[in-house]
Amino acid sequence: MFGGRRAKAKERAAAAAAARSERYQIQVRGIRKDFGEHHILRGIDLDIERGHINVIVGGSGAGKSVTMKHLIGLIKPDEGQILVDGEDIVPMDDFALNEVRTKFGMLFQYAALFDSMTVEENVLFPLMEHQRRSKSLAEMKEIVTEKLHSLGLFNIEKKYPSELSGGMRKRVGLARAIVMEPEILFYDEPTTGLDPIATKNVDEMIQEISEKFNVTSVVISHDMASTFRIAHRVSMLYKGQIIATGPPKEILKNPPDPLREFLVTSGTVELPPAGEDD
Amino acid sequence: MSGRVIQSLADGIDRAVSAPLRFLQVLGEMLMLLGQATLWGLRPPYRVGLVVQQMEFIGVGSLSIIILVSVFTGGVFGLQSVEAFRTFQADGFVGMAVSLTLTREIAPVIGALMVAGRAGSAMATELGSMRISEQIDAMATLAVNPIQYLVVPRLIAATVMMPVLTMVFDLCGITGAYMFVVGVQGVDPGPFIHNIRWFTDSSDLLMGLIKAVAFGLMVALVGCHQGYNTSGGARGVGLATMRTVVICSVSILIIDFIMTDILISLGM
Repeated sequence: MFGGRRAKAKERAAAAAAARSERYQIQVRGIRKDFGEHHILRGIDLDIERGHINVIVGGSGAGKSVTMKHLIGLIKPDEGQILVDGEDIVPMDDFALNEVRTKFGMLFQYAALFDSMTVEENVLFPLMEHQRRSKSLAEMKEIVTEKLHSLGLFNIEKKYPSELSGGMRKRVGLARAIVMEPEILFYDEPTTGLDPIATKNVDEMIQEISEKFNVTSVVISHDMASTFRIAHRVSMLYKGQIIATGPPKEILKNPPDPLREFLVTSGTVELPPAGEDD
Repeated sequence: MSGRVIQSLADGIDRAVSAPLRFLQVLGEMLMLLGQATLWGLRPPYRVGLVVQQMEFIGVGSLSIIILVSVFTGGVFGLQSVEAFRTFQADGFVGMAVSLTLTREIAPVIGALMVAGRAGSAMATELGSMRISEQIDAMATLAVNPIQYLVVPRLIAATVMMPVLTMVFDLCGITGAYMFVVGVQGVDPGPFIHNIRWFTDSSDLLMGLIKAVAFGLMVALVGCHQGYNTSGGARGVGLATMRTVVICSVSILIIDFIMTDILISLGM
């Protein structure tokens, strides 16, 4: 039984190595998802650049969060492929998916900290689960403290999430996401509900983590100012489809109408008049 | 007028058809959850600490309520039996009636109803809150399978602790009956104890314990299934908790009937 599983894993790894792209860490090909009669994703094609900050923008109900949940394997598409380092995660069972997820870290919109655990226990959780055999508890606690300090969090180890402000909770969530030093970091609306200064701090944190650890970042956002401050690559999701994708400067040269409307309404980016090309 | 009649008729048919379909769907989902929990339970890491923690919550935590309920249940059953048995001047057989009924039926059934109300509902609320605040998704993204971490320990703990609580119920129920029947009603303690020992054997005890295992597993499975699949915010959590108590209460009585029939036919 286990021999078969091992052989399958080897086959998968060989196929993944052949399909692996140096430029793109995640490649999404034609994913579709319906919830009952609602067509949420209508054939998404998306490339996530390795080591860069990739931002997916879109209005409420555009399918951003559903797209991200597909990328992590929390939702299976009705159709299509999601290649992570060349490996298609769609047909994977829970066991194989768990192995792929060791590459991931995620900051949830409201941090999703375990409310029955202290801050220290929250950040310690992934280490205890995956590195208990290779590291002592003291070593793991040291890593936790270091991560918390690097995000400007001091003397909160024994506090519970309910005792923290929204911004602090997000930073603890980020500490938990990066503690295993993942290859890919997902951020679900990281600046929602934060004041402008806290938003700027979070933006800087995303940039710093991306550069310092050379991680691939995937950010879901509807905050245009923040997006164009941090993004290396922007993709616009509209009515369940990607309607524009590319580096911010290129996107701004001739944005599609929904993105133009988004940018003009938010008033954060100056645009040339509609229809005027360089 | 006729349009409205047809519409309400169609709605009625729709409701009549959808209820059994929904029941089958929930049953299927629960069996799938049990299957997944079995697979993940066989796979390391084995989370002994979490199992012990849940055993403490389900078993030790329910002990006081089980003792309280069992003493009074045994007591009231004893009092009613004395009245009935005195008619035939057979009040010496009250002990036998109490012990047989408690061990075979009342202890596993009422014990399970208590655990469903206390621990089953708590499981649904806790997992439901974790689901709506994305804590379960967070766990999955940290490459920790939520079924292995959250569901498996609860299923094991409830399945192990329910028979233990049933034995406590048996003991305290009989003690309660003794206190009220012998102490208050003045029934001779000799025949009371002698008839318990004479008429109650290990198969009676076993019947109650087999039922308790099934009830324990069922309560935890329903609580975990409802909590794990919660949606719709705080209202959703409330509904999941309510559904857990209702489904458990009804299922315990139905399963009890079916199991009693099977176990009796097997000679118990």
